[in-house]
Amino acid sequence: MITKRIIPCLDINKGRVVKGIGFVNLKDAGDPVELAAFYDREGADEIVFLDISASHEGRGTVIELASRTAEKVFIPYTIGGGIGSIEDIREILRQGADKISINTSAVKDPQLISRAAKVFGSQCVVIAIDAKKREDWSWEVYIHGGRTPTGLDAVQWAQEAENLGAGEILLTSMDKDGTKDGYDIALTAEISKKVNIPVIASGGAGKLEHLKDAIVEGHADAVLVASIFHYGKYSIKEAKQYLRSQGVDVRI
Amino acid sequence: MRIAIINYNMGNLRSVENALKRLSVDAYITSAPDKIMGADAVILPGVGAFADGMYNILSLGLADAIRQASASKPFLGICLGLQLLFEYSMESGKTEGLKIFKGSVEKIPAGVKVPHVGWNSIKITKTGPLFKGIEDGEHFYFVHSYHAVCRDISIVASITHYGVDIVSSIQKGNIFAFQFHPEKSSGSGLKILSNFCDLVMKGKK
Repeated sequence: MITKRIIPCLDINKGRVVKGIGFVNLKDAGDPVELAAFYDREGADEIVFLDISASHEGRGTVIELASRTAEKVFIPYTIGGGIGSIEDIREILRQGADKISINTSAVKDPQLISRAAKVFGSQCVVIAIDAKKREDWSWEVYIHGGRTPTGLDAVQWAQEAENLGAGEILLTSMDKDGTKDGYDIALTAEISKKVNIPVIASGGAGKLEHLKDAIVEGHADAVLVASIFHYGKYSIKEAKQYLRSQGVDVRI
Repeated sequence: MRIAIINYNMGNLRSVENALKRLSVDAYITSAPDKIMGADAVILPGVGAFADGMYNILSLGLADAIRQASASKPFLGICLGLQLLFEYSMESGKTEGLKIFKGSVEKIPAGVKVPHVGWNSIKITKTGPLFKGIEDGEHFYFVHSYHAVCRDISIVASITHYGVDIVSSIQKGNIFAFQFHPEKSSGSGLKILSNFCDLVMKGKK
């Protein structure tokens, strides 16, 4: 049976991990590759790197990151943040990344999704959606790292992205992100129901029960997790053992 | 021992090369038929569309070298590299394959999410040297929308359930092929690649 995935997410700025990391056993816990290799050994199912570098010189480090990761990490990894063209995608995949994730540039130019899917295959095109609840219980898509509302309905955008050839949806709830008080289950469930591609839930994980809720009630195929692992509150093994004890099929 | 990784412009080569490097195995990426024939073993990796892959193999003049290598030395196909060994694929119209195995490549039937992405378990139906140290039920990383339908079931080495039973491993003589990605399947995947390299080493002695 296909298992549910646990995916640590690393925020990267100018080639370094941004959020504080609690591990003591790593030579350089600020090095994204060291940290990703550690998560591979720990049993993570995939890794997502999210580059938040604002400058062009910071962006250059992404290619190097993709390449160095390929030498040390033997699980799939995705690189996202600031990717705007087929050429960007080609270069990152050529270095050994398995998938790229696009957000703002896909909203601005939806055909980028279909072009990328045609050239590289849907399996490597992840559409990241930052969604915020509206008063009428629908969700609106935001871009530019959550700064700019688009007027787009998140559910409709997810469906359109699927039709254009997206292979997965990385769905972040802006309302829940950073709260540690659980994923947005209603949002996750709604989009999971409406698309036939895997949905990765993101934003709000604070305890292990939240992972289970996103999977069982939100019907997520995978959960993105950052701080609860980075700060060592839980290990991936603990998370998986817990999920298994709750009847969720995971790879241990 | 030298292993040739066939480059037919279909991606995923670096991952395979890096995995072999990790195992301290001497591997090179090549599109030259003589370099393929000169290797001790050959790997046909691949991510992408069947028709593009087959088009590239034909335009690079690699079809004969691949057929000859698969008939004469340890040969490993991964993902698209498994699918291309069959007679034809129905991915975006009917496209003929390398016809080393009888059968076709068909879309994963409706009822489950497609592509099939993630870690799934394998049920070993035929033990062999590449499964040494691999337990029945072990998980591997899959990412594909089409799957091989074998007409000769004696070549099936493992199956994986995803809506239907999918052929996840094949073995016939010196030919091994996996629908999953050993190079992306962490320790279990590296173990399979290491078993392949051991087999090549033994063959050389």
